[in-house]
Amino acid sequence: MAIFLFFLLAFLCVGSILAMIISRNQAHNALFLVLAFASLAGLFGLLDAPFIAAIQVIIYAGAIMVLFLFVIMMINLKEGIPAERKRWTVRLSIFLALLLFFQLALAIRGAVASFSRPSAEPASASLGSVTELGRLLFTDYLYPFEITSLLIIAALVGAMVLVKKKDGI
Amino acid sequence: MTDSFWLIPFIPGASAFVLAVFGRWLSKKWVSWQACLSVLASFIFSAIAFFGLLRVEPESLPIIKTLFAWIISGSFSANLSLQLDPLSSVMALVVTGVGFLIHVYSIGYMGQDKGYTRYFTYLNLFVFAMLLLVMASNIVLMFVGWEGVGLCSYLLIGFWFEKHSAANAGKKAFLVNRIGDAAFILGMFFLIFHVGSTEFGVIDAALRGGHLSAGVATLIALLLFVGATGKSAQIPLYVWLPDAMEGPTPVSALIHAATMVTAGVYMVSRMNALYSLSPEAAQVVAVVGALTAIFAATMALTHNDIKRVLAYSTISQIGYMFMGCGVGAYAAGMFHLYTHAFFKSLLFLAAGSVMHALSGELDMRKMGGLRKYLPLTYPTFLVGAIAIAGVPFLSGFFSKDAILTQAFARGQYFIWALGVMGAILTAFYMFRLIFLTFHGEERLDPKAKEHLHESPPVMTVPLIILAFFSVVAGYIGLPVVFGEKANLFDRFLAPVLAPTHGTGMHEAHPAASTEWLLILLSVVVALSGIYIAYVFYLKRPQTPHNLVRRFPGIYRLLYNKYYVDEIYNAAFVNTTIRGSEVVYHRFDLGIIDGTINATGEATGLAGRWLSLLQSGLVKDYALVFLVGVIILLGYLVF
Amino acid sequence: MIPVSYFFILSLLLFALGVIAFFAKRDLITMFMAVEVMLNAANLSFIALAKATQLLHGQVVVFFIITVAAAEAAVGLAIILLLFRQKRTIKAEEFNQMKG
Repeated sequence: MAIFLFFLLAFLCVGSILAMIISRNQAHNALFLVLAFASLAGLFGLLDAPFIAAIQVIIYAGAIMVLFLFVIMMINLKEGIPAERKRWTVRLSIFLALLLFFQLALAIRGAVASFSRPSAEPASASLGSVTELGRLLFTDYLYPFEITSLLIIAALVGAMVLVKKKDGI
Repeated sequence: MTDSFWLIPFIPGASAFVLAVFGRWLSKKWVSWQACLSVLASFIFSAIAFFGLLRVEPESLPIIKTLFAWIISGSFSANLSLQLDPLSSVMALVVTGVGFLIHVYSIGYMGQDKGYTRYFTYLNLFVFAMLLLVMASNIVLMFVGWEGVGLCSYLLIGFWFEKHSAANAGKKAFLVNRIGDAAFILGMFFLIFHVGSTEFGVIDAALRGGHLSAGVATLIALLLFVGATGKSAQIPLYVWLPDAMEGPTPVSALIHAATMVTAGVYMVSRMNALYSLSPEAAQVVAVVGALTAIFAATMALTHNDIKRVLAYSTISQIGYMFMGCGVGAYAAGMFHLYTHAFFKSLLFLAAGSVMHALSGELDMRKMGGLRKYLPLTYPTFLVGAIAIAGVPFLSGFFSKDAILTQAFARGQYFIWALGVMGAILTAFYMFRLIFLTFHGEERLDPKAKEHLHESPPVMTVPLIILAFFSVVAGYIGLPVVFGEKANLFDRFLAPVLAPTHGTGMHEAHPAASTEWLLILLSVVVALSGIYIAYVFYLKRPQTPHNLVRRFPGIYRLLYNKYYVDEIYNAAFVNTTIRGSEVVYHRFDLGIIDGTINATGEATGLAGRWLSLLQSGLVKDYALVFLVGVIILLGYLVF
Repeated sequence: MIPVSYFFILSLLLFALGVIAFFAKRDLITMFMAVEVMLNAANLSFIALAKATQLLHGQVVVFFIITVAAAEAAVGLAIILLLFRQKRTIKAEEFNQMKG
């Protein structure tokens, strides 16, 4: 059952990414990406990370993609999407990407093999729970946590300053 | 009294330094006083040292003062150390004494020149270098002085450097000197190598002790002598001296008459042990000296430039000095050096006075009859001419006679004969000069005649002093006929020039009657030369023209200085210039510049290729990034 | 259960797809989206790792990655907006002033 879910979600994800590549309309691209994120959230859930899955949907699909859509709206390209792509860069990039894929696969093969034993699944229930995550966040990772809030403020202010027009927003 | 002798070079040296650094802010009056007084101070110290030396035992000579250790390299060392002995004392007195008079004269002669301070800076520097040369106690320091005077000669000959001929003359002097110096350096190296030390005392001991084979000694002696021919303007390296007359006349008097050109003679005398060890080299010295004496005298016969005649005369007289040294009579050679300093500088300064009176004219064809207008210059000039002609009772007679007598007594009849012939020519051309300039009909340029005036006292007083010495200076070196102990000069220099031990040549004492005969011959020669000049230029002035018409070829040969300059140009100078041009174009421009340029081009090319990578597009950069990541991962994984 | 290696392969595949998308597209927005894809691929990898090692640290890292990605998206889009204002286009080739 879980396997079936996995493959479903996986195909959905890969498919929407492919569609994103093929499609030329930016709004379409954005929506396909939302789909991809959603399926990823599902995959997260399968991996005993419910909280992260929720975060993914809320922030990634919900906030970031909305941001994208806003910008696409603001840009409002009338004459449509830029036309064709240069052939040889695409082929080269496909080649290089596959090369990278195989390289990385080889690289983590050894590590992965040791995980592949369907070992005992004890104590998984509380693995991805909020309490556990929260506890880690506020003890071991407290420092990065606080810094991240600073980071967000910086990004916020930066984005506002950047886009500000001379005579008021 | 001899303790302070080491100051002698440094007082003018310090003055030169002050003038060089601060000269532009010093008034002309200050410069004049400082320059002259520094040389005077040096002279006073030289005199004090001289008198102190008279009281010193010969065994404790030379007195050496080491100032500091200059070069120490393994077993080779050369210190800044000066020595005081009779030879250096005589030279110091001559240099500072005559130098002082010439400095004073220059105040008048160069008074209107805009390079006044520069002139005195160089002049003081020259005195410093010359004193270093004569007072050095080791051969390396002597060479420093040797080069220093060469440098000052260049600076002063080309003093009016805006004039092309002057600049070229300076260059010529320096380059020809350099050739001699190259030989000198070689000789110096051989000497140091074989003896193992640079100090004259050690060298002398080694030479007299027979530690050098005759072959090596000959080689060194000849090499050093080549250097001397360059500095002292003998055959074959004399060509720079006539051109050097482009410089101011006091410079000609000081450097090219009294001091620098005599440095070669000093050097040979200083190294007399070497030349005694190698009779072949000494013979070469004597023969070259004799030939030069005749050769230069013949060239002086035809020239019309008053300074050129004196220049050739100088070359000729130095030939006499080398004759003396070459036959082994070093004291005679030094004696002539000493008297020559007086009358030759007198002649040059007086010539300068004539030029000054005529607003710079130096062509004798435009002179004549000046004797009534220049009541002080004429008599002093005449005294100088009489002295150089060898008329008895003046200094030139005693010194020239000493050389000729010694040559005869040592059996060098050929040399002696050349010397006698040279004496006739000397008397002739000197009085030709006198008669053309001061007697006969006036051929003056009318404008020059307007400003005709006798020179100011600052110029005439040195003339008078020099004239006085030209007369009396000879009396300290009376020939032996007047008594065994009559030659004070010889006796003073004996510890250096004719030590009782060692392999030196024997003193030559001809029989009294022979000596009187030789003296008589000298007198006859001198007077006949003067008489012939009188006939040629006063009694029958057509005679020169007739002779020239009958022997045009000889005249042209003499007038064009035997075409030596042209031969040198064709043989050496032009080939060198062409050769260096080839080297310049092929090697310097082609290879060296080519390599550098190629490197630059290559760098530029590489840069241009690399800049193609910078397309400005983010995607391209990302592509490169990706490739890099793949490569890196590949390296890590495999 | 699902072998963890499947997830890793999926993650690598997603990453490769993101790379292809980045080079295949010419408009800035989509290229930026491709970057986000790549980030998410990494996220997947981390979560899988957390599951495999039974440690929670992987998830914490993903938490932070998401946060940072959000901030980065905000600023990045602001920049794209500015670029659009300058040149009235979002074609990537147009922005080559750093050429040479």
